[in-house]
Amino acid sequence: MASPKTEWSVGAFILAGLACALALAFASTNSGDRLGGDSYRVTARFTNAGDLKARAPVKIAGVKVGEIESIELDPVTFDAKATLRLSKGVELPRDTGASIFTSGLLGERYVGLDPGGDPDALRDGDEIMLTQPAVVLEQLIGKFLFNAGSEKKSDAAPPEPAAPDAGY
Amino acid sequence: MLEKLAALGRFGLFLFQMLGAIRFSAPQFRDTVRQIYVIGARSVPIIAVGGAFVGLVMTLQGYRTLSTFGAGNALGTVLSLSVFRELGPVLTAILFCGRAGSAMAAELGLMRATDQIMALSMMAIDPIGKVAVPRFIAGVISVPLLAAIFCAFAILAGWFEASIVLGVDSGYFWASLQNSVDLSQDYGQTFTKAAVFGAACSLIATHVGYHAEPTIEGTSVATTQAVVYGSLATLFLDFLLSAVFY
Repeated sequence: MASPKTEWSVGAFILAGLACALALAFASTNSGDRLGGDSYRVTARFTNAGDLKARAPVKIAGVKVGEIESIELDPVTFDAKATLRLSKGVELPRDTGASIFTSGLLGERYVGLDPGGDPDALRDGDEIMLTQPAVVLEQLIGKFLFNAGSEKKSDAAPPEPAAPDAGY
Repeated sequence: MLEKLAALGRFGLFLFQMLGAIRFSAPQFRDTVRQIYVIGARSVPIIAVGGAFVGLVMTLQGYRTLSTFGAGNALGTVLSLSVFRELGPVLTAILFCGRAGSAMAAELGLMRATDQIMALSMMAIDPIGKVAVPRFIAGVISVPLLAAIFCAFAILAGWFEASIVLGVDSGYFWASLQNSVDLSQDYGQTFTKAAVFGAACSLIATHVGYHAEPTIEGTSVATTQAVVYGSLATLFLDFLLSAVFY
């Protein structure tokens, strides 16, 4: 074999490289966030999924309990059908509500679940019936402008009296 | 034009000859281990120091720009994504090319000039299997390991600069770093790219060295070509792989 010093150095080099790779894998990536263990799937339909992407977190009370597996368009109802993968340790009542929130002001979208009070639990393949769509900034601004505009009109002139109902 | 095409063809043929000469035998293994020592283990100092300085400067520059938007806490994201996706594999490969690629090409060029390669083939020893294959395999194995060392030093140096020198909160730094690096997409990219760059650099270095003109000038031309072509190939493959990964 080559001189012992060579073998030594090669061994130390390979060890150092692998140690760095492992340390980086655990200390600097989101490996801890991966859903390990068993999980079950539920679906939810949203009229507007906003910026929601696959692998976005699903949170209850701010704690991550799962992630979005996929988002598809339903060609019949034109809803966004999202498949949520939740970890098996979390049991949710059938009347849980799902809403799409934004983390921070300009952050990424995530799904927040609001547990209800139904004694029956959601099982693999069930659908979450109560959903709220994502808030779209333009619609919000449009509503604000519309409300501001209509307030100005009512300040200027009193509203017309309602026409009397026929027959009364 | 036709000459360039012929040169590319020779290059491809050399690759196939080398792949055909890979044997899982003890002598080749011994040679490979020796080459890992020469080109891998002895490159660690330059890679580690280079990584540390890249980490320091990325953090500094990133902080200057991010703090104008009040986004100083995203420093971990900027540093880690740039190091894992681009700077780690590319700079490791270019430093490796400059240090080990030139050494490989010079060694092989000198062997060609002093007729050692001819002597090997006279003794019915496959010169490619004896001389080129160990260096190629050593390059493919060493560059990902060197890239890991580069990234580790870059991130550690970046953390040092951010939290001790610049005053960014350590917790935010690590949290934003961990949240933004995806294990398979970003971290995996580093090693895939590094392996491909290592193969390309070693292949180019052994090819130009093995096929060098058997003169002193031929050896020096081969050394220059190894570094220049190796670096250009690295940058080209980097773009290709980045496009594929996205």
